[in-house]
Parts: sequence; C-alpha cells; structure tokens
Amino acid sequence: MAAEDTASKHGPDIAAAVKDALLSGVVALALFGPLVGLRTEQNMRNELVIQGRWGLVAAIVAVIVIGRFLILTLVAPALAQHRNRAAARPEHPSALRQALGKWFAPASIAFLFLYPVLIVSLLGFQGSLKWVDNFGIQILIYVMLGWGLNIVVGLAGLLDLGYVAFYAVGAYSYALLSSHFGLSFWILLPMAGIFAALWGIMLGFPVLRLRGDYLAIVTLAFGEIIRLVLINWRELTNGSAGISSIPKVTLFGIRFDASPDGFAKMFELPLSSAYYKIFLYYLILLLALLTAFVTIRLRKLPVGRAWEALREDEIACRSLGINTTNTKLTAFALGALFAGFAGSFFAARQGFVSPESFTFMESAIIVAIVVLGGMGSMVGVALAAVAMIGGTELLRELAFLKAIFGDNFNPDQFRMLIFGLAMVGIMIWKPRGFVSSREPTIFLAEKKAISGSLVKEGHG
Amino acid sequence: MEVFLQQLINGITLGSIYGLIAIGYTMVFGIIGMVNFSHGDVFMTSAFFALIFLLVLTTVFGMSSMILALIIVLVIAMVLTSLLSWAIERIAYRPLRGSFRLAPLISAIGMSIVLSNFVQVAQGPRNKPIPPIFSGGFEVMNSNNFAVTLSYKQMMIWIVTAVLLVAFWYIVQKTPLGRAQRACEQDRKMAALLGINVDRTISLTFVMGAALAAVAGTLYLSYYGVVNFSDGFVPGVKAFTAAVLGGIGSLPGAVIGGLLIGLIETFWSGYFSIDYKDVAAFSILAIVLIFMPQGLLGRPEVEKV
Repeated sequence: MAAEDTASKHGPDIAAAVKDALLSGVVALALFGPLVGLRTEQNMRNELVIQGRWGLVAAIVAVIVIGRFLILTLVAPALAQHRNRAAARPEHPSALRQALGKWFAPASIAFLFLYPVLIVSLLGFQGSLKWVDNFGIQILIYVMLGWGLNIVVGLAGLLDLGYVAFYAVGAYSYALLSSHFGLSFWILLPMAGIFAALWGIMLGFPVLRLRGDYLAIVTLAFGEIIRLVLINWRELTNGSAGISSIPKVTLFGIRFDASPDGFAKMFELPLSSAYYKIFLYYLILLLALLTAFVTIRLRKLPVGRAWEALREDEIACRSLGINTTNTKLTAFALGALFAGFAGSFFAARQGFVSPESFTFMESAIIVAIVVLGGMGSMVGVALAAVAMIGGTELLRELAFLKAIFGDNFNPDQFRMLIFGLAMVGIMIWKPRGFVSSREPTIFLAEKKAISGSLVKEGHG
Repeated sequence: MEVFLQQLINGITLGSIYGLIAIGYTMVFGIIGMVNFSHGDVFMTSAFFALIFLLVLTTVFGMSSMILALIIVLVIAMVLTSLLSWAIERIAYRPLRGSFRLAPLISAIGMSIVLSNFVQVAQGPRNKPIPPIFSGGFEVMNSNNFAVTLSYKQMMIWIVTAVLLVAFWYIVQKTPLGRAQRACEQDRKMAALLGINVDRTISLTFVMGAALAAVAGTLYLSYYGVVNFSDGFVPGVKAFTAAVLGGIGSLPGAVIGGLLIGLIETFWSGYFSIDYKDVAAFSILAIVLIFMPQGLLGRPEVEKV
C-alpha cells in the first residue's frame, strides 16, 4: 500500500518494485517448485516416482517475477491516476451510459430470441448444434439458476450455499416420476418446482434463526446431505450410477425423433437432432425469462420490498412489524421453485441424472455468478453467467493451443482452475460485482441509482 | 466392548487430525470473523508437499530411517504450507478486508477451487499411494479372538498432536504474539491504536493455522498412506464442524470438537452404517448450528444495533 502511494506521487519506485518482484519470485519458487517441478507419477510396478519438470517451474517463476514488476511499475500507477481523476470528476453518468442502461436489457432479450436463427443461418443445422447446446442452453440454465438464487441471496440477503440441492430435487423428481409413471414433462415441470419449493420450506424452517456465515454453512451441509442420500439410497435413485434414458420433452405431443409422427416427418424436414436442441433452447429461454419476470414483479409487491428491507437491516425490519419468518421462507421457497424448474429441464435435456451433477462445486458456481453479477442486479447476474460459463466453455474450443504446447496439452483441465482464479480476481477488482449500482425499487420524487457500496448485504 | 475400545482408539486418531485442522478455522474466524473456506484445501496441499518430499528423501536421496525422514518432511511441509497460506492471505483476503462481508467468503471459495484444481493439474488426478511408513503396534486387549490394537502410527499421531497442542497453547497464552492475537480478536482498532501491527498479527494467525494443518496433512498421509487432490473438501467441512461444535473462536473447543467429530464418525460407521457417516457429520453440523450456535465452549454472540 505504501509503495502505491509514493508511486502515484513521484512515479514508480524501481528499486522497491525490483525487491518486491524478486521476493514474489522466491515465494513462487518455493511453492511451485515442489508442486509443479516434482511431479509424482506411478511407474509400472505401481510405485510413485518423481519426475522433474524444472523448465516449467522456471517459466512460471519468470512470469510471476516479470508480471509483478510490471504491475508495480506500470499498472498500479496508471490505476491510481485513473482513480484520482475519477474521484476529481463529479459523478454524472454519460448519455451513452444511460442509453446503454436503458436499452441493454430489451436488446439482449431480442438477441437471445434471434440467436438460434442467426447461428443456423450462419452454420447450418448440423454446425449450429454445438453453439446452441453447449453455449446457448448451458449458459441459459445458469442464468436461470442465477436469477433463482438471486431471490434468496441478492434480494433477501440469505447466503445459500446448498442451492444445488433444490436443483437436484427438481431433476430427480422429473427423472423418477417420468420413468416410473410415464408422466409428461409439462405435468412434471410444475410438480418438480413444487417439490423443490416444499424442500425449500422444509430446509428453510430450521435455519431461520441463523445469520450470515452460519446460514451459509448449514445450507452447505443440507446440500451435501441431499447429495449423499442420492448416492446411498440405491433402491430409489440407483446410487452413483444415476438414472438414464429419461423421456424427452414433447411439443404438444409431437416427439422429436425419427418416428412417423415425429417432428421431422410431420413437417417433412430432413432428420436432425438440431430441432430438438433449438426447441430446448427456446424452452429454457422462456423459463429463464419467467424467472426474471416473476422476480421483477415481486419486487414491487410488499413481499419483495420486505425481502430488500430484510437484506438491509433485519432488526429494523422486525421493529416495523414485518414477519421475518414468512419473508425468509417465501424467499427460500421461490428460489427453490425456480431451481426445481431448472432441475426438471436439466434432467429432460441430459436424459441422464446422477449425483455427480449436484456437487458443492455447482452451488459455488451459482453463488459466484450471483455475487460477481452484483447481488440483486438481474442484468449483472446474466452477464456474470455469460462470462463465467461461456468463458469456461470457450476453453474447450481452444484446440489450437495444442499446436503451441504439444499434443498432451488439454485446455479443458484448466477450466475450473481458471474459473476459481476469475472468482478471486473479480472479487478483488470489483468486490461489488459487475453491475454495482442499482435502481431502487421504490423511490421518492426522483429515481437515483444507488451505488453498490451503499447497499449492505444481508445478515439474515 | 472390544469393538467399542477399537473404535475409541480409531476415533481419537481421526479426531486429532480434525482438531488440528479445526484450530486453523477457529483462529481465523476469531480474529477476522471469516470462514476460511480454503483451509481444507490448504490441508490437502500440505499432504501433497509431504508426499513429494517423502518421495524425494526416500527414492532420490535413499534415506532409510523412516522416522528421521518423517520429521524432516513434517518440518518442510509446515514451512511450505505456512508460506502458501501467507501468500493466499496476502493475495486473496487482505485486499478484501473492510469490504462487504461476503466478499472474503466468495474469494475463499474461489481460492479453494484454485488450490484443488491446481494440484489436480500439477500432480494428476489419480490417487497417490505410498508404501506403509511403519507398521506394527501394541495389542491392548485380546478376548474372544478380537484383538484391540493400538498401532505405532496411531500412537505417533496422538503424541505429535499432544506435543504440538501444548506448544501452540504456550504461544497463544504466554508470548507477545499470542497476546497481540487475543487483543486483535477483542478489538482490532483498539489494538492498532496501542501499537500492535494488526496486519502482521493476522498474517501470523494464518501462518499458525496453516502450520497445524500441515501437521494434520503429514499425519493424514502417513496414516492412510494415500492422498488425492479432492481430499480437502470433506475433512475441511468436518474440521469446520468441529470448530463450530467446540465453539468457534475457542482453541480448546476446536480440539474437543475435533475429537468428538472423530469419535462420532467412527462409532457411527462401526455401529450403524459406513455409507452414511458423512451424512452423520453434516447433520451434526446443522443440528449444532441450529440449536447451539455458540458451541460447547464459545461465548454467545450479542446482537447490537
């Protein structure tokens, strides 16, 4: 900190920066040396042997030393200057920013509706598969989960680290009821939501008295308990092997397969699996928009205002006669409801569910999306989902890196590593998330955006 | 009776490991009020440090005395893990101090993902087995053809844990560093006004927690003889449970909580079902937090407006 202050006044202090960079290099060498440089491998006799990889260590340490030096001499002073200038300027969002804020949401919704058409016209039906499925559907599932969790974390301020449990309840409800009783997706979608909401209330009840971190840990424990029960209750859930061949979704009774009354034959189109994917894309898009719509409308109702009041100050809330029990339970139940919807969609899309899909990591990813998006901002959550999920999906596409790093290089294995680094990095860079100012739901006379740093997070 | 005694021995061994990890959680929570979510993965990384240096000593340098090798490995693991935890605090937590309260927790979750995935990428996703370090033990009791044994490994874990806890207790209770820590825990601003270097004290708290986690990691490796990159999460959550059960912020509480969790887990798997042992641990966490949030030895939290 001290180095930064002097740097902003007198230009970079080269000697101190060199010292700091060398120190980081020593620390990096000590940590990366063993973990990267001495790789343990099993040999033919199943014994572990050490393989040296010192070139890689040298490269990593060099990158850290040079990177640290450049940050201290170039980046930090530039940032400080920028901050000073920003502080000197009175805060007036430019006309462009305002127009962007106004038109961004409708424009992106329009884009989302046109996206499959665009992709198909560019790449044809077969080429579009990957982009609609891996990017479109995958991202939209997380957008929906993010918006659902946003009700609990962003609006009511209850940090829920076990959200994936409700997603699992939705997925297993659809998987079990459709394969055992042959019920259709359209009946089970609301049912899965209701089951998940019931679980939300059941799990929400005991944790009402807890606050902050403790609430987070108890919800984490519940999430893990549900996953462990799914693994161990083999008679019902088939254990870790999961449930496969779950029926697909139909559109007004039309099936998406090669049968005579299937979608392709009916409209005399060539057979392709792309129709089903595009149909699923629109389905999840509508479900996600439903989540957003309900949230936006609820914020204007007394219960939505009670959530936000609860997030800001629970004691004040109680003093004003708000029933905090009901307020928290509705938040939990609604959040769980949308997770249940998303879960049944997930099961229908994959055709297969197993406890592997509902690990703590999934919960952490969803929480990360909500917090990085700016807790409570719908656009921010959507942007965070696109950045984090789309960004990590993109890594699968980086096959050209093999040309640089050799054939053994697999960019996919760095997916979660980069995800974690991005989580830490964004938190340090923007602790309030991408969209850190928000419009108040109710206001007096004039509507002013509230800076995120003025908004407290919940203590619920 | 024999099964009971054997499970008691196993439970205390497991509980010692949990207790050592739990101290890291409880100290950090005590001093900056943050759940250090990456602590479980710091523990896992320390087991990897131990694994790597054990292999270096035995295969590269051909050291034959296992006890000497283990002591050297323990020291190296403690030093490197402390350095790791210091670096993590510096990079991921310190910039967020004074930010809103969920920010450090999210950053810690991110760090936990980074650590486990980094170890996976650097060392490979497979289990890493090592040959047994030393075997044998005492037969405590033998009746009805059921021998209750206390292995040398278990004895080593008990002794190392006990010695370290005493040393640690001495540091916290009797040295200037311990006094500074307790002062920061009570009132950070006041401590700073009285000339305590708060940043340094917090860093050292992380370092001490990590050093004990490294001891736990080395003992874990030598007890089970295998380690995997994903081994941080579940012991981490159980150790956190232990810290909460004992009363978060309380050092003796963390140890007692660790022993209790270890005993509950082994008795549960011994008498009921081994499949549901983690469910038992997680349920205890939920039950304790809901009905007894201040834990066994903790102070009740007073709500101020």
